[in-house]
Amino acid sequence: MPEVRSPILELQGITKSFGGVEALRGVDFALHPGEIHGLVGENGAGKSTLMKIIAGVHTEFSGRFLINGAERHFRSARDAHAAGIAMVHQELSVAPDLTVAENVFLGNQPTNALGLVQWRRMAREAGEQLARFGIDVDPMSRLGDLPIGLQQLIEIARVLFSGARMVILDEPTSALSPPEVERLFATLRRLREEGTSIVFISHFIEDILRVSDTVTVFRNGRKVAETASAATSKGALIEAMIGRGGEALEHSYTDDLMLPQPSDSSVVLKVDQLSLARSLKDISFEARAGEVLGIYGFMGCGQQELSRILFGKLKPDGGTLAVDGSLKTFASTAAARRAGVALVPESRRDMLFHKEPVYKNISISILDRISSLLLKPAQERDIAQRQVEQLQIRPPVVGLDLGMLSGGNQQKVALAKWLTYPPKLLVLCEPTRGMDVGAKNDVINIVRDLRAKGLAIIVLSTEPETVLSLADRILVLKRGALVREFKNEPVSKDRLLEAA
Amino acid sequence: MASSETALATGQRARGLAPFLRSQMRNIAPFLTLIFLSGFFAFASPSFATLDNLGNILTQVSVTGIIAVGLTFVILCAEIDLSIASIANVTGIAVAYFTLQESYVNIANIPLPGAVAIILSILLCALLGLVNALGLTVIGIPSFIMTLAMMQIAAGISALLVRGQIAYKVPSLITTLGSGSIGGIPWLVIIAALMLLGGHLVLTYTRFGRYVYMVGGNREAAEYSGLNVKLILGAVMVISAVCSGIGGMLGVAHFGSAQQNEFDTYLLDSIAAVVVGGTSLFGGRGGIGNTIVGLFVLGVLNNGLDHVNIDSFLKILIRGLILLAALVINVYAQRLREKAAD
Repeated sequence: MPEVRSPILELQGITKSFGGVEALRGVDFALHPGEIHGLVGENGAGKSTLMKIIAGVHTEFSGRFLINGAERHFRSARDAHAAGIAMVHQELSVAPDLTVAENVFLGNQPTNALGLVQWRRMAREAGEQLARFGIDVDPMSRLGDLPIGLQQLIEIARVLFSGARMVILDEPTSALSPPEVERLFATLRRLREEGTSIVFISHFIEDILRVSDTVTVFRNGRKVAETASAATSKGALIEAMIGRGGEALEHSYTDDLMLPQPSDSSVVLKVDQLSLARSLKDISFEARAGEVLGIYGFMGCGQQELSRILFGKLKPDGGTLAVDGSLKTFASTAAARRAGVALVPESRRDMLFHKEPVYKNISISILDRISSLLLKPAQERDIAQRQVEQLQIRPPVVGLDLGMLSGGNQQKVALAKWLTYPPKLLVLCEPTRGMDVGAKNDVINIVRDLRAKGLAIIVLSTEPETVLSLADRILVLKRGALVREFKNEPVSKDRLLEAA
Repeated sequence: MASSETALATGQRARGLAPFLRSQMRNIAPFLTLIFLSGFFAFASPSFATLDNLGNILTQVSVTGIIAVGLTFVILCAEIDLSIASIANVTGIAVAYFTLQESYVNIANIPLPGAVAIILSILLCALLGLVNALGLTVIGIPSFIMTLAMMQIAAGISALLVRGQIAYKVPSLITTLGSGSIGGIPWLVIIAALMLLGGHLVLTYTRFGRYVYMVGGNREAAEYSGLNVKLILGAVMVISAVCSGIGGMLGVAHFGSAQQNEFDTYLLDSIAAVVVGGTSLFGGRGGIGNTIVGLFVLGVLNNGLDHVNIDSFLKILIRGLILLAALVINVYAQRLREKAAD
């Protein structure tokens, strides 16, 4: 713990709502000079909303905002930057085709009287500054050629060189290998010595505990705990995050849920030693008919890449895929579809045609089954009408443009695409993300029906609830590797979080 | 809601006539431009609004129309084909190259029977289209660059075949279709009409046509729906090249000669016809109907300017300005449509 000093940044009673829904309720938050402040909480708990207020992204909120004891109100991210606050987002925002030095000085390259860039000075200064963080690279090398971890460190360095005294890091370790994490932590500790304040958001609670001085826990838009890192444990933090015995939510998955006896039905998909660059390492598993296999992991753990490989959208670097016992190397998504694999990606935007009517959205993946040359619009509408009724899509009008449906109903359309001629293997990414309770339950019931029909289903999600409410067997994916399998045993949200 | 459901089910939005018209602006705006231009020229020149002149306009837009059929497919997929005019040119030259020329034509050509000459020429343009297709889909070169290279390649083949000379004779079937007429109607116009109709039928009533619209509407979603997007993109590039080739062969017969750079103006004219007609360069919206309106706008503009008495050097500038105005109107019409959809 740093010695007691007045906070550099102080927020009092911050409340922020989006369209009537309160994202933050009366939150107090303080950041001291030379402090690393860890922030944990589930998706949607309010962490990012608070950080975006601090970084000047959200400018409308109620409550007091003080810097060095003086009240401030930022009008933009530029204001926050001028006040010495900078945020490093989860996704890298570097320019991979520029040199390291150019990236470090992005936006404020040193120039001479004529306005020309002083390359030699820029390279020298970039090299010196990076060396202070123990980063030893040629400043004139192309940034994209460096490992991701180093790129991330350079991005953080850039933010710091721009004069920031308060730095917000959102999930900085999710894409890093263990040695890279060590390097990042060493850098953060050195910055702390120099008096920089750091907010560190992460799902990796071990990382938070190792590097931060203080931890704050968010749940449902409230701050529920703030303790010294040395005085808490992973278990205690998880408990605070998900609220054992707390307010009754729709479901509290803190109680153990018993997973059933593994099914011994036929193996539909066999994945062996699959690997993809930095995203996936030696992934092997099986999916069986009539079983829902859940794959849980944090954002960036490799789920997206895995689902894309299964559907032939990405080519793996190594390993094999077998559907119904025969080895497959999918040349295209069309080949995967013909082999009986279907994918519903996490983003509806990627999956649906917003300016086309509902029935065309539903029929697109089965057109070759109902027409060889000429379209049969009447039959398409009939099929769509049946799906719309079965899945209770509202409004039940197949001629309506898809964009006019609500998000939950669009998600049902995304499912409906695959249900007229059910595939052998259905891969669902975040099937219930952002849906209201009613729509969520509808989707859960649809998936259970499909399981009963004998489909092999894989559900990939970063939300423990989604996996727990659907899966018969659960794999935990952590930084691109499968680290734990839950089957025929009790499982709960905190056990899942513990494993990830 | 209940009373409107039947109307909704037929794909229309039954919220009164005005919103419906606004939602159809993409199709209406080019049509209004056409009516306005026709009205203006009819008023400005007594020789414009005659049956004879309508025939002239139809003949003048026919070659562009044939080329624009294939280009419509490409633009609906949100790609572009800059090699259409060069491919038209090389195919026209090829068909003459394979035909016995008069003795005063100094080209070392290879005379073949007419049918063989036609088939070889079609194969040539299909092959060039296939190269475009492979470059775009297998190698991954953006269509703008790939077809820019093909533009040069096709022009290069043309140059090698004629070596600066002019050939005149083409197979008799091509001569008939390009410059003959039946019952007073030029064959060229009939062929253009049939090809436009064929293109429309394929786009509207076939599975392939639906795929073209869906790939253009959201390529990512098409891929996630398990469509073979590369195959569809490749197919439209070949279709575009073959349409250009047919346009080129008939064009050569229509002009009465085959020579280098004969089709240069057809690149911009074809793109202008498709886009002025209201087909979106971002793909997924528009169709052959739009292209037909665009062809008429272009035809009326080119023809009408010859009927009014202005400086011929000024005409080019005026033509450009009117095309720009038509495009501006289309963009605003599209915004209105999007507002109507909200």
